[in-house]
Amino acid sequence: MSAITVRDLRKSYGAYEALRGVSFEIEEGEVFGLLGPNGAGKTTTIEILEGYRTRNGGDVDVLGFDPERAASAFRERIGVVLQQSQLWPNLTVAETHRMFAGYYEHPRNADEVIALVGLAEKRDARVKTLSGGQKRRLDLGVALVGDPDLVFLDEPTTGFDPAARRAAWEMIRSLRSLGKTILLTTHYLDEAEQLADRLAVLREGVIIQEGTPAELTGGSTETEVRYRKDGREVVVRTTDPTKLLHQLTAEALAEGRELEGLSVRRPTLEDVYLSLTAEHEE
Amino acid sequence: MRLVRHQLKWEQRLFWRSREAAVFVFLFPILLFTLLTAVYNGRIDGRPAASVLLAGMIGYGAANTAFAGLAITLVTRRELGILKRIRGTPLPPAVYLTAVLISITIVFAIQVVSLFVLGRLLKSTPWPSHLLSLGLALALGAAAFAALGLAITGFIRSQEGSSAVLNVIVLPMAFLSGSFGPTRHYPAVLRAIAAVLPLKYLLDLIKGIYLHGQQIWDQPGAVAVLAAWGLFGMVVALRTFRWEPREG
Repeated sequence: MSAITVRDLRKSYGAYEALRGVSFEIEEGEVFGLLGPNGAGKTTTIEILEGYRTRNGGDVDVLGFDPERAASAFRERIGVVLQQSQLWPNLTVAETHRMFAGYYEHPRNADEVIALVGLAEKRDARVKTLSGGQKRRLDLGVALVGDPDLVFLDEPTTGFDPAARRAAWEMIRSLRSLGKTILLTTHYLDEAEQLADRLAVLREGVIIQEGTPAELTGGSTETEVRYRKDGREVVVRTTDPTKLLHQLTAEALAEGRELEGLSVRRPTLEDVYLSLTAEHEE
Repeated sequence: MRLVRHQLKWEQRLFWRSREAAVFVFLFPILLFTLLTAVYNGRIDGRPAASVLLAGMIGYGAANTAFAGLAITLVTRRELGILKRIRGTPLPPAVYLTAVLISITIVFAIQVVSLFVLGRLLKSTPWPSHLLSLGLALALGAAAFAALGLAITGFIRSQEGSSAVLNVIVLPMAFLSGSFGPTRHYPAVLRAIAAVLPLKYLLDLIKGIYLHGQQIWDQPGAVAVLAAWGLFGMVVALRTFRWEPREG
């Protein structure tokens, strides 16, 4: 069963075409990453699926609803973390959860959700006293309090320090293990690689690559070899790393010197992503 | 209904917990009344000054609470992204706005009662008679100002500016309409401006009922003008009210 089906989605703001025919499908229980630079159309896509924006063309099905026309029954089943939004500074963490819980027919227990997002110690703290990372976790808690089947996360870790990002990733993994379907946008490649079962790279309103992180990186066969020679870093990309390494080490051995800083690296998603998004820039 | 009650409970908690709202919206008219009655003594237009000022301050309170207070709350929430976030939940937008409006009405009602009690304690002002007429007049005034408050949010771009913009509207309007004292000696130009403002007509109704023993239906013209302002506010609000913060 697919949770989300998008076919030939189009959206214009005046003369500017933000989405120029985007299609993808997300299975139930899957974590799907929408990856791309700023302005690629990620937020426009996710906000159309959340029902915040209307589209100019294409078909959209989210949990059997057309989000453009859906109302409460649809919103009972989704959880939303917006890219930028704040909550009431004068309410406590627990109060904020209880307020949102009241909007749903079958909410989860607020304290359980607070524990799930790691805010148990801040349960009775006012929202205005929370750090940026804690506020983001509050956003996530509030998105989960209605016990949604599908969770939208629009750049959930932007602005986090590395430790907070790790913690957020753990949380998203635990959502996945609860069987939630997750659509996540990010411009961090490691995040997409760590979390997404499948991902699509969006650029200038079209999807330029789609697949599992392994498929995306596996498509490139080049291996990168780095070493230092005469104090300078040398970088060689090759499709035949065995032969290159043999040559390099044989030379070095013959001359009795060390290949300083030698490293051999498979391309990461980042390399693939950068080459994908750069290819079109002519 | 359950949702309205749920939201109303939280709206009340949010209001009273926000010091800025509680002081600016709720206490300010009460403070002004205390100050003005300390300064003005004797009679205004042949009536006890304290009673006239009490009527004036109730009118000012309606504008300050239902118009300015409501607009500031909604602009702030819109720009913080709270309104957008609420729209992502099953809570219907109409239920949300209904609860916000009832909540601000409750604040205004408590304010009116407080003013009468304070006037009684400080200056022995009489309790109002014709409670039905007074209630209807205040409800009409609050509704008209709330509609105008919803309407003006579409023209206020930032949270920071909202308080300033609304005070620039409300304070001169209250002054021109006679909330702070008699307007008989104002220049004709100023009185002509006041003659198109909704607050003047709400004050006409309150003064007629509280000071002159009239009923609300004794001034159909004032009722019509207030209703017209309210309708105008609603039409504009339907066109300009936004749930999402300004882009960028």
